[in-house]
Amino acid sequence: MRQPEGIIKRSMQNTLSWVDERLPVVDFWDAHLAKYYAPKNFNFWYFFGALSLVVLVNQIVTGIWLTMHYKTSAAEAFASVEYIMRDVPWGWLVRYMHSTGASLFFVVIYLHMFRGLMYGSYRKPRELIWVFGMLIYLSLMAEAFMGYVLPWGQMSYWGAQVIISLFSAIPGIGEGLAEWIRGDYLVSDATLNRFFALHVIALPLAILALVVLHLTALHEVGSNNPDGVEIKKNKDADGVPLDGIPFHPYYTVKDIFGLAMFLLLFAFIVFFAPEFGGWFLEHDNFVPANPLVTPEHIKPVWYFTPFYAMLRAIPDKLFGVLVMGGAVMILFALPWLDRSPVKSYRYRGLLSKTLLMVFVVSFIGLGYLGAQPGSELQTLMARLFTAYYFAFFLLMPIWTAKDSTKPVPERVTGHG
Amino acid sequence: MVKRILIAATLTLVSASANAAGGDVPLMHASVDLSNTASLQRGARTFINYCSGCHSAQYMRYSRLMEDLGLTEEQMREAFMFNPEAGLGDLLTVAMDPEDAEQWFGVVPPDLTLVARSKGVDWVYTFLKSYYADPGQGTGWNNTLFKGTAMPHVLWELQGIQELNTHSGDEAGAEAAQGGHAENGFEFSMRTEGSLSATEYDAMLNDLVTFLEYMGEPAKLDRKNIGVWVLLYLALFAFVAFLLKREFWRDIH
Repeated sequence: MRQPEGIIKRSMQNTLSWVDERLPVVDFWDAHLAKYYAPKNFNFWYFFGALSLVVLVNQIVTGIWLTMHYKTSAAEAFASVEYIMRDVPWGWLVRYMHSTGASLFFVVIYLHMFRGLMYGSYRKPRELIWVFGMLIYLSLMAEAFMGYVLPWGQMSYWGAQVIISLFSAIPGIGEGLAEWIRGDYLVSDATLNRFFALHVIALPLAILALVVLHLTALHEVGSNNPDGVEIKKNKDADGVPLDGIPFHPYYTVKDIFGLAMFLLLFAFIVFFAPEFGGWFLEHDNFVPANPLVTPEHIKPVWYFTPFYAMLRAIPDKLFGVLVMGGAVMILFALPWLDRSPVKSYRYRGLLSKTLLMVFVVSFIGLGYLGAQPGSELQTLMARLFTAYYFAFFLLMPIWTAKDSTKPVPERVTGHG
Repeated sequence: MVKRILIAATLTLVSASANAAGGDVPLMHASVDLSNTASLQRGARTFINYCSGCHSAQYMRYSRLMEDLGLTEEQMREAFMFNPEAGLGDLLTVAMDPEDAEQWFGVVPPDLTLVARSKGVDWVYTFLKSYYADPGQGTGWNNTLFKGTAMPHVLWELQGIQELNTHSGDEAGAEAAQGGHAENGFEFSMRTEGSLSATEYDAMLNDLVTFLEYMGEPAKLDRKNIGVWVLLYLALFAFVAFLLKREFWRDIH
């Protein structure tokens, strides 16, 4: 029995070397997996990068199947989604995987970004990783917004109407710009068609390219870790970081476990609560778009509500738009706003930790308020939170530099 | 001051609900059991007999109804398909011309396929219990949940004719809409008894909204059953993945 085994092994090796002489598959495998050394102390927060990649693949694959049945026209779009939900075998599952995936994409991205914030993963030499990540986040927001228009329900329509009309607040060119985006005087069939094109081709391509850049930059400088220690400073005789372990197999098996836990949550939502109480699929979006009937309460999906709350908190439209845009843009500057001598919040003082926690509370608070009708008290709260949001970042160069720090260890502590 | 804001904020957060549809009139609760096929069938009958004359269900097919409700083609033709030319694969469209409808009612009666998903079954249930005779309205009917609705009380022969006791109907409605002190606060009295008792009427409405719930998402009949198996599989997978991770990580110190 040894003979056939030898044949199989030899022919596989031959095939591999045949390919490898023509395409650097082994080098690639080593550079990014088998000999990519990641710090051994990754914790819970380090699952979300890999998970966002999984969700991206889910969105692309389910999206391809949805486009096979979806009709890109204002007259047919709504009915075609219901056709998918009813008449296409397993169409409901594909649709719910796509709609749940959209929300969970933002869940993992927000957690991933918070991880970066908490452990200073954007600090030198990882500024570009953060900037590429922010560009992915920005593209993802556009992708999600345009995707939400496609079912052509009341919230699709009026959400688009509200968001696009924000551009008209820009003095001078505003009206023309909004009209150019819509391709019409109001949201219409033309808008739907161009959003479809951008949603299924342009933005996914941009996101994929940015993911490649994000990962290439990451693998060039290496991963940060919860201690904020540079593992490349301590290497053994072979040049392998002492605190590093090969990504494969260690983090591949760990991420498979994380993936399994994530899929449990994902499947639970898909099969038991796909609307998620109106947070993932809004009730009003089960009513076909009607340009003549304005819904009582127009609100975006939850992942935009923090910024929507800021917009509404400002009485002046143009200033509100600037604040909302500024809230996203200011994140790009994070690597240069943080002046702390240490990377990770683990080794920062009580002041920094407190400010970070209050930031989390105010961001979640804004997210909640953005989904509410906006009573007087709610508007007041939104203003407070918005002010805090900007103060947190704009004053960051001061409080990060002033706050006390604890000594950072030479080597990482613990292991995942 | 800060304390008061915090308390108020906590209270607002606790009462969180993403479904802000339909003002603040408290809704009555319908009891829906999708696994009860007999209830679904009765609800479908009511829908076909009383609703489908004016309301379409244009995303729903007769064939799907037949399959999911466990009916034969003969039963379908007899009790559910009044148009002899309709095919089983047809959608439940409405024969009424939209322009006529607009002339008769002022609005085109909305499609009801998804009403359970947009409004919720409790809303429909409450709506159909909240009609009262109001000579001031063109249709002779008004509704405490949906003031001035264009829809007449189609089920009046079953329920009977209700009258609103708190005679300042408009004020009560306005107060309720502002979330005042209406303990679902409308008192009705029966002017004319209907052919069904109050209990029978409620049961009939429960069947109807059960059917609407089903029609809003036919996949709901299987979705949760499939989900249980998917979750069991994933739990097993997670367990194996955990063991694998632990095995590989034994040599990391």
